Amino acid sequence: MNARKLRDFIGTKLMLIVTLFTSALFFAIFLLLLFRSALVLQTEPITDILFSSTWHPDNGQFGLAPIIIGTMLTTGIALIIAIPISLLSAIYIVEYAPRRVRKTIRPFIDVLAGVPSVVYGLCAFLFLVPLVKDFIAPWFGVQTTGLCIFTASITLAIMVFPIIISLCIESFDAIPTALKEASLSVGATKWETVKKVVLRASAPGVIAAILLGFGRAFGETIAVNMVVGGIPIVPKSLFQPGETLASLIASKYGELMAIPLQESALMLVALILFVVVFLFNILGVLVLRRAKKRWKY
Amino acid sequence: MEILNKRIIEEKLFKVLMILSLCIVLGSLFIIFGLVIFNGASSMSLEMITQTPKSGDVLGGGILNGILGSLFLAFPATGIAFLIGIMIALYLQKDFTPSWFSNFVRFTLDILWGVPSIVYGIFCLMIMIYLGVGSSLLAGIVALTLLEIPIITRSMDESIKMVPVGLKEGAYSLGSTKFETAVKVLRRQAFPGILAGVLLGLGRGIGDAASILFTSGFSNRIPSSIFDSTAALPTMIFNLYSLPSGQPKAYAAAFILLVIVLVISVSSRLLTRRFKKHVIK
Repeated sequence: MNARKLRDFIGTKLMLIVTLFTSALFFAIFLLLLFRSALVLQTEPITDILFSSTWHPDNGQFGLAPIIIGTMLTTGIALIIAIPISLLSAIYIVEYAPRRVRKTIRPFIDVLAGVPSVVYGLCAFLFLVPLVKDFIAPWFGVQTTGLCIFTASITLAIMVFPIIISLCIESFDAIPTALKEASLSVGATKWETVKKVVLRASAPGVIAAILLGFGRAFGETIAVNMVVGGIPIVPKSLFQPGETLASLIASKYGELMAIPLQESALMLVALILFVVVFLFNILGVLVLRRAKKRWKY
Repeated sequence: MEILNKRIIEEKLFKVLMILSLCIVLGSLFIIFGLVIFNGASSMSLEMITQTPKSGDVLGGGILNGILGSLFLAFPATGIAFLIGIMIALYLQKDFTPSWFSNFVRFTLDILWGVPSIVYGIFCLMIMIYLGVGSSLLAGIVALTLLEIPIITRSMDESIKMVPVGLKEGAYSLGSTKFETAVKVLRRQAFPGILAGVLLGLGRGIGDAASILFTSGFSNRIPSSIFDSTAALPTMIFNLYSLPSGQPKAYAAAFILLVIVLVISVSSRLLTRRFKKHVIK
């Protein structure tokens, strides 16, 4: 009897320790990044770093504005492309497609959500980059190497498709059939039902899917690094090379790690990534709580 | 009649738009699969998967160091993440913790899930610099473990939450302790979900390049101890993609990664279906 109690005690405490340790990891990452980026924050005020547009590590200038703009552009355009396309596809798969089509598409989408980002990057580099260079950019009358903000946005959009689609399918599926039938029975067309019933009833799920897609696009490192061009200047057009926060770390860690101030600047970039993800998670929780209250059935 | 027509036109228009967008999604995804399978299969040979690059020549030989490196990194990382994750997931249940604490832990895990993998990479790199050690297999395993813990824990947690209360109460009424109930009843009942979570983590870990880029480094040899730096398939693709002469190897590596992801996905489906038989409804 005592042995069992002892085992219960030890097991429970061990689980508690591991849980505390993992939660502490969250604070550890934050504090360590803050601590390591203190050096660059002491030399220049944070507003200068965030809004100055000259990134010249050799001269001690760490203006992150071009990189932040690059990140916002790639993530924003990717989401603008991905959200309507994925939503419409998810609606078609759930509401319109015949059962057989549905059953074949779903596992396929799940596999795609698991394809490593480096594979997307490789395909974008070897297929999309020449396509942009030789066809799309000349069509707009611009000359480009193909390594540009536009290519990176398209790549990110394609990476985000399976994530948003599979989560949206899940939340559309969870809506009770009676709700849809009520709308159809009063003479609404199928699209009207989707627009006024399905999309509203599943709004929390759709918002969660979009936030997850945002997180993926925002933090994507490798695939973006392969196609964005990697030049930290404020892009004048979408067909110019740029740089994003995550991609900057991957491309510069080798040359910058040797000098403390520059290393500290990279840590600041990582800190920004962490803080933005943190803020968006809080926003997500708040929005979901409201949305669940607003659209409950 | 006028209004009805408008509504029907709207319906038709959106149906066309939906089919169009589904075609864009499936088309772009078919292009990716087509590119990788076609180019990967054509650069695939026995030499490619059974040899390591010759010394001093990254482009010669095969990608065996990358394949083995990936397996040596992802399997131990998934194993450790599973052990840590299962303890957390069981502990988060109502039997052990008040709900404010478990909600807080879930919130931190959700944030950790969303943190870009490059941040884990740079976090481990900082610790490595502090300890004064270079890139190694061990550091790569640590980075991947940190990356996988939130993924595995949260998906196991979701499936353990679904275990019916009656089952737990049955175990308690027979006099078993909380720990025994967690390990013997909850774990078995939620086994399909736990397995799916582990495979999800494995798939994410084996394909991630950003976290192991600085931590496990790169090497042309198969690592002989956990303190050697090692190549992995994703870092191999990242290092070789821009050189035209390196692209066959990059494609071969991408092909193998894709096959691994496919195998993980299919086996996840089959295994969960198989083990669902033993679950008490």
